[in-house]
Amino acid sequence: MNTTERYLVGVFDDDEELLHAVTDVKTRGVKIEEVYTPFPIHGLDVAIGHPRTRIPIAAFMFGCLGLVCILSLISYTMYFDWPMIIGGKDFFALPDFIPVSFEGTVLFTAFGMVGTFLVTNGLWPGKEPKTFDLRSTDDKFIMTINMEDNKKTEAEIESILRNSGAIEVNVKQF
Amino acid sequence: MAGHSHFSPANVEEYFEFTAEGRKKVLTALVIGIVVLGVGIYMLMNGNHEEAHAVAGHAAEHGGHAAEHGKEMLSGGAASHHETAWDPLNRLWANLWLNGVYFSGIAVIGMFFVSIQYLSKAGWSSVVKRIPEAFPKFLLFTAPLLIGLFIFKGDVIFHWMHEGVTVKGTEHYDKIIAGKSGYLNFTFFLVRMVLIFAAWIGLWFMMRKKSIEEDLIGGTENFTSMVKLGTGFIVAMGISSSLSAWDWVMSIDTHWFSTMFGWYMFSSWHVTGLAVITLTVLLLQDKGYMQYVNANHLHDLGKFMFAFSIFWTYVWFAQFLLIYYANFSEETIYFLERWEGHNKIYKATEILNVFFNFFFPFLVMMSRDAKRTPIFLKICCFFVIVGHYLDFYQMIMPGTVGDHGGYGLVEFGTIIVFASAFIYVVSHELTKASLIAKNHPFLEEALHHDI
Repeated sequence: MNTTERYLVGVFDDDEELLHAVTDVKTRGVKIEEVYTPFPIHGLDVAIGHPRTRIPIAAFMFGCLGLVCILSLISYTMYFDWPMIIGGKDFFALPDFIPVSFEGTVLFTAFGMVGTFLVTNGLWPGKEPKTFDLRSTDDKFIMTINMEDNKKTEAEIESILRNSGAIEVNVKQF
Repeated sequence: MAGHSHFSPANVEEYFEFTAEGRKKVLTALVIGIVVLGVGIYMLMNGNHEEAHAVAGHAAEHGGHAAEHGKEMLSGGAASHHETAWDPLNRLWANLWLNGVYFSGIAVIGMFFVSIQYLSKAGWSSVVKRIPEAFPKFLLFTAPLLIGLFIFKGDVIFHWMHEGVTVKGTEHYDKIIAGKSGYLNFTFFLVRMVLIFAAWIGLWFMMRKKSIEEDLIGGTENFTSMVKLGTGFIVAMGISSSLSAWDWVMSIDTHWFSTMFGWYMFSSWHVTGLAVITLTVLLLQDKGYMQYVNANHLHDLGKFMFAFSIFWTYVWFAQFLLIYYANFSEETIYFLERWEGHNKIYKATEILNVFFNFFFPFLVMMSRDAKRTPIFLKICCFFVIVGHYLDFYQMIMPGTVGDHGGYGLVEFGTIIVFASAFIYVVSHELTKASLIAKNHPFLEEALHHDI
């Protein structure tokens, strides 16, 4: 991890104010990295302008992978490697394979999605948590601005944040 | 409207107007349906079976095929029992029964949907709830039709009503059916049927009255009593959905039974009802109504349809798999009859059934964008509605008309008549109350619905 990452952290008191501040700060040309809130706020993701999550696509892919894997496994074991007659059915008795294929699809999808989520959010085991302000889990709303992404000086950004209603602006380094 | 932070109920009242032009269109469709049906009946009566079977592409060779083992023992009876005296009109009665059951289901699911919303105290649905609330009105037409059909033509539809099947020593005596006659007999069946319809229609009347009253007086009292009515209806539906499935559909194939059948038919009804609700909302939006219903509400309706398409598949497959796996001839005959019996005229329906009702909605409705895009939703609703008609077709037809079935003018005529009657009745009922339940306690929440 880059140890010289420098952030400006705006602390807000009110969710409505925060929502306006996000638009305000953005229109003044400051790039917001993330906003942390104690509870979900409707419309916040749209206001920040985050691209839509691609996790459903990952889920679909993992589902397809699961289906193919389980169908391959069961047809290899039950048809190619050691054909078995069960209940007088064909060796390749597709209806019998469907429940396990379904379960396999669900299993791969679930684990794949959780794995993707953890990896894309940098939540692997042993990871140092990046805590900007602990009060974002209580009653404050936190807006973080990565200085690397912005050309403006810290003083400029701080005044923009304060004008949009931030009650505190702190510097945080990781 | 969703943007208003100060909400005034008076602003949102909106009445659907069933214009003269609209009426004319629906009635024209109804007349066309009746004409098609009339021509179909005429062709049946004149024994032009090849015409009637045109779509299925098979000319039935009556009596030419020795019945396979099991076809005899399956109640699919009509074909084997009436082989000598097949009345072509039987196909009409079977079609009326099929559409009666199918449309009763759509109608009652309207009430079920509203009840579920009240029971779970859901907010989002309060903007669309007037649509499903209008559906059960159609029960007032299908109930007498089905009861009348049962009383006068029951022996055409139900194997267990055939002359002498329960009388020991007679030619048609059937030990299995005689054993079931404690449950499947004329009086008890009729009592159940009347009670089911009475419960559905009665509870709906009370709910509808409370709902319209709420528009006038406001407050939360009506909401509370509708929660109670909805809860009562869910209990009633829990019993009556299974009873109606066993009675009206499963008992056609009297020898056969499946413990999944109640769920199976209910899930088929449910997803069709959801598709009709969604389609109605979308069509009303096209006409300029219900602009307060936004992509988020459509998304929820789409999720409902997607989820319950999969639920239907789950139940359908659960029923199929156990029968396939256990391989008892008295059970597998149900699927064998549909797959390769009756000169294979039902095979295409079986395939389309799974395609329309599972693969199509599953793949098309999976993405978020599809559920939020009206055109995708409309296409899917159409497929689901047609698909579940086919589902009911393959539940009812093989046991009632057997070899004499197919897709002919009678089938298309009956569908057009029922569909246009349904549209007329529901449109008329929709005019009676504001499309938006303006005093619903959760309306504010619904108008700002965001997912």
